[in-house]
Amino acid sequence: MTRKQKILYFITLHHTGLTVSTLSLVLVLYPLFEDNPYTLGLTNLIAIYVIIVVGLNLFIGYAGQISLGHAAFFGLGAYGSAIATVTFGLPAWPAMAGVAALVALVALVVGVPTLRLSGHYLAMATLGCNIVVHTIMLQWDQVTGGPSGFPGIPSLSIGGFVFDDEVRLHYLLWSFALLALLLALNLVRSGVGRGLAALAGDETAAAALGVDTRRAKIKVFVLSAVFASVAGSLFAHCYGFVSPDSFDIFASTDMAIMVVVGGMGSIWGSVIGAGLLTLLPEWIDVFENYKDLIHGLILVLILMFLPQGLMTGLYEKIRDKVTLKRQKNAAS
Amino acid sequence: MLHLDKVSKHFGGLPALDQVSFSVPRGQVTALIGPNGAGKSTLINCMTGVLEPTSGSIRFIDQQLVGQAAHTIARLGIARTFQNLKLFPRLSVLDNVLTGLNCEAGASMTLAMLRLPYLRHRERRLKLRALEALDRFGLADKSRVPVEVLAYGDKKRVELARACVAEPLLVLLDEPVAGLNSEETAAVGEQLKRLRTAGQTLLLVEHDMELVMEIADQVVVLDSGRCIARGTPNEVRNNPLVLEAYLGQMEATA
Ligand SMILES: Nc1ncnc2c1ncn2[C@@H]1O[C@H](COP(=O)(O)OP(=O)(O)OP(=O)(O)O)[C@@H](O)[C@H]1O
Ligand SMILES: [Mg+2]
Repeated sequence: MTRKQKILYFITLHHTGLTVSTLSLVLVLYPLFEDNPYTLGLTNLIAIYVIIVVGLNLFIGYAGQISLGHAAFFGLGAYGSAIATVTFGLPAWPAMAGVAALVALVALVVGVPTLRLSGHYLAMATLGCNIVVHTIMLQWDQVTGGPSGFPGIPSLSIGGFVFDDEVRLHYLLWSFALLALLLALNLVRSGVGRGLAALAGDETAAAALGVDTRRAKIKVFVLSAVFASVAGSLFAHCYGFVSPDSFDIFASTDMAIMVVVGGMGSIWGSVIGAGLLTLLPEWIDVFENYKDLIHGLILVLILMFLPQGLMTGLYEKIRDKVTLKRQKNAAS
Repeated sequence: MLHLDKVSKHFGGLPALDQVSFSVPRGQVTALIGPNGAGKSTLINCMTGVLEPTSGSIRFIDQQLVGQAAHTIARLGIARTFQNLKLFPRLSVLDNVLTGLNCEAGASMTLAMLRLPYLRHRERRLKLRALEALDRFGLADKSRVPVEVLAYGDKKRVELARACVAEPLLVLLDEPVAGLNSEETAAVGEQLKRLRTAGQTLLLVEHDMELVMEIADQVVVLDSGRCIARGTPNEVRNNPLVLEAYLGQMEATA
């Protein structure tokens, strides 16, 4: 092997590790170059969405299911942490873990009957769950603060170090986002991940290869709910205030759109999806007013022309073309 | 090894299988033949838990398969291919074959997310086995190609490799050479013969009589859901019932 080939071989062999390291480096250095708190606030929000979208992509893109209700788990995590720390005075970190465990239980109870359904029915069932949770947040004033929201949630801290400004939050939130990315990447590169990809490809074939399809779907659903719950807890502690608006069905559809933009079954695409949809309204003013309309249009267009999702769809189109060309060249 | 006893399957009152009984002996190739719509695929679906028979029993070694879920049956060591290819088009050839080793990959999501060293080692071993299988089926140079862009004949072979890679106790093949040209058919025939020599138990559903006569130890003939004949290839070839139901029809259309 020549030196160039050796380097290329090293890159292909370790591409996941290399990408993760590069991204980490960029994230560590980022606050040194960007000190505008508004911009940092935006990228922090992206980190929170990355956690949710990575989990949701495992469920939509890998297991091949659909959920239009993940804002419910996001909201349960946020309100759970708010109530646990403010109302009950519990310490924040154990509360976050406890809330995630409870949300896992909720997801299990919701998932066992609904995951028997497929396609449109599953979409409607998850949407229904979201509406129920959102209504409870609005109506149960004594506990949730009702439509005016829940204020006064304390910041997170480790030892005496309080995560209370944008730079500190940047490191905290992106650590969680990177952890979520790593866990998901490990999962999809394992036998379990291939089982999930098989499930998304063809359920009968997956079962014939020994994949317990029902169980796998429920497990991924619970996992994605836990990711959303942790993101919710972080959201609550990060802003110190939560209100039901952040967890309505439009929030859920936005999450699904982030998955679709990033691409079904693409963990890295999830970062792009979360980033693009958070930044678009900032870049283009018209987005502010017609956000939901434009998001809906984006969704319809992508699903019509690239059902695999934007990033994955483009990538796979190019990959297939290149492979075909190479085969042709080899033949002639 | 596999014993079917009076297996029936009705679709809304119409019988697709009617009291089918036969056995698949260990280490032999059993061919299941019959005209279109005879119920061959339905029978394979009943054996693998895709469909539940209306009545009857299917025993595998000492296990009753009727009523078991498809993944449980797969884990007992029964692999299959599908008449209308069921590959995972978005995965590479190698990953498709790796899904054939799913039962051995470990199923704990938590452990998989932590990517512990022992799992990494296991992954590497599985990959080597999958590459070996690809080599055996003549697909070694295509391991990284996405299945979507393969030619039909290659896709058929990928499915065959996926079914055989785990060295299951029993492999059910639903028309492995249908739609292949004569060259490809010969190649698959060679591979099936090699599997037979290696002692692999096979149930082969096939319309290609030449192939069936060449490699089957036993032939079972289905017609309109009923088992009308059973025996060695020669016995079946000369059975007047079979000639009438099947071979005759073939000649008439040929
Ligand atoms: N899901 C189903 N619902 C209703 N009828 C079915 C179903 N599956 C199969 N059948 C019917 O059962 C009969 C047997 O079909 P099957 O596919 O098993 O035939 P086959 O022997 O595999 O034929 P071929 O050689 O064409 O593959 C056919 O008459 C078919 O129409
Ligand atoms: Mg058939």
